[in-house]
Amino acid sequence: MIQLQNIDKVYRTERVETLALQNINLEIAEGEFVSIMGPSGCGKSTLLNLMGLLDAPTSGRLAVAGEDVATQKERHLARVRNEKLGFVFQSFHLVPDLSVLDNVEIPLLYRKVAASERRRLALAALDRVGLGSRVHHFPSQLSGGQQQRVAIARAIVGRPRIVLADEPTGNLDSAMGEEIMSILHELNERDRTTIVMVTHDERFAERTGRIVRLFDGRMVA
Amino acid sequence: MSANLKLALRVLGRRKVFTAISLVGITLTLVVLVLASTIMDNMFAPAAPESRLDRIVAVKMVSEYGHDIDFGSNPGYAFLKQTVFNLPHADRVAIYSEIMAGVVYDGSRRIEAHLKHADGNYWNILDFHFVEGGPFSMADNDADRNVVVMSESMRDKVFGRTHAVGRTLNVGGRSYRVVGVVSPAAITREAAYAQLWVPIGTLNAEERSAVLGRFNALVLAHSRADIPAMKREFQSRVARVPVEDPKQFTGFRAGLDTTFESFSRNMTDNHHGDSAPTIVRATLAGAALLFMLLPALNLVALNMSRILERAPEIGVRKAFGAPRRTLVMQFVMENIVLTLIGGVVAFFMAIVALRLLAGNVPYLDSSMSINWRVFLYGMAASAVFGVISGAWPAWRMSRLDPVNALRGGSR
Repeated sequence: MIQLQNIDKVYRTERVETLALQNINLEIAEGEFVSIMGPSGCGKSTLLNLMGLLDAPTSGRLAVAGEDVATQKERHLARVRNEKLGFVFQSFHLVPDLSVLDNVEIPLLYRKVAASERRRLALAALDRVGLGSRVHHFPSQLSGGQQQRVAIARAIVGRPRIVLADEPTGNLDSAMGEEIMSILHELNERDRTTIVMVTHDERFAERTGRIVRLFDGRMVA
Repeated sequence: MSANLKLALRVLGRRKVFTAISLVGITLTLVVLVLASTIMDNMFAPAAPESRLDRIVAVKMVSEYGHDIDFGSNPGYAFLKQTVFNLPHADRVAIYSEIMAGVVYDGSRRIEAHLKHADGNYWNILDFHFVEGGPFSMADNDADRNVVVMSESMRDKVFGRTHAVGRTLNVGGRSYRVVGVVSPAAITREAAYAQLWVPIGTLNAEERSAVLGRFNALVLAHSRADIPAMKREFQSRVARVPVEDPKQFTGFRAGLDTTFESFSRNMTDNHHGDSAPTIVRATLAGAALLFMLLPALNLVALNMSRILERAPEIGVRKAFGAPRRTLVMQFVMENIVLTLIGGVVAFFMAIVALRLLAGNVPYLDSSMSINWRVFLYGMAASAVFGVISGAWPAWRMSRLDPVNALRGGSR
């Protein structure tokens, strides 16, 4: 589902060159639930951003959902992100001006989907994460755990084949973290959605199918 | 489109401080533009008593020129007789004077008034609404009868709100019989505006032979399509008018002009002939754009700061596949909605401003009005304003790097 071959990522400024990822070779199969772990600054989020087509590798081959995407133009990458990928962020990143329902509809706005169908799909996604009764609330009226559940609903509303979660439990207490993890596991087991999750929490990582460990931009396990 | 509109209204509703600050700048600018449009609309667009403006052309300025001399004035009777009387395709021709200062004596009271001399045809070309009586005729004019038509506001000032027709009015020491009272015309209506009208009367020999003088001519064409042919004939007649002193002068420059052409000729001092309207139109459009530029730049600056504030939202939208063009559309739509709201508010504020002005500025009465056409000008100006001030920030926003944007950065 995701293939990285000899991937390097270098950040250059006028004075400094930083090697964020070095010679990454990783293959993630369809339906896998993979955790990425490592100390802060080791390149976990950079790796996730590359898999999410939000950033481009400096060198190497990157294929997502069967498409070699390293050399594709931005417009094509945007379509791949829209149709095949879903994102969950540590700080939720819900749009504060929009209701819960409108937030969940966001990925569908960039597809040819009728308004009534958008609404139906968004309501179904919110039901699935147990927030069917809060659709007209605004993000500021929800707890952190509820906000993250809305973010998961947004990530899955377009039925992506891959969900990329960047420390989805990082801003939550352990009980809420458990809730989020059980939703992600249910998603992976029931829909065979491929999930790649960056986490610092060993307990949550151990419950996933595989752990990829990074250190100073290199894969160490 | 509807999703963008919905979002725009939500964003503006929830960001009240930004919306309020932006609206103040937009509204003040647009109030001035709507007032300017109102004045222009009341100068150039057909409306009573100048309802037939689309068929009316006028001669209001003549320049007699030589190698190093250019002498401009209103046309005299002799010039008009040679150039506009009996023009082919003309339904009728009227002559009238520029506004003059008249003084009405009412016992011990002395009331200053704007006075025009006109012939009988003047009332047949312009369609005044008579609240009392009627106009004086060509026969009244030719017989030099002492008759006067007053505006309603002047009647109220002189006689109070009572019937005036048949009563006597002392204008400049001469007694006139009031024959009619008309609804007032706005001061911007150059041909129609005055407070008192009296016949031109019998002209003496000097006035009859004057090439430059104190008159204007209104010519009503049978149809709008006849105007170009009338203009050509007029110009060929102008070329044949003998100059007063061939040693000094070589010819005349004049136009059979629409109201806007006439205004443009006046603004350019009759130096640019047929290209004057283009010059004046470009100058007015340029001035309006420049006037909008400063508040537009202010709005651009506000919008740029909003990009920083909304960077995570932009990052999320890009992550979920929003194409750049869609993001630009969303942001420009927000801005257009904001400026259109400003346009509507400005429209109502301009109505209030106009009423205040009408009550406090001499000679500006309630006859100058804002209409749907001015509303459309205002809305068009708002939309232009919205696009100008939204396009650059929207383009910048659409180019944000999603990873940076999700971190809250503006690169």
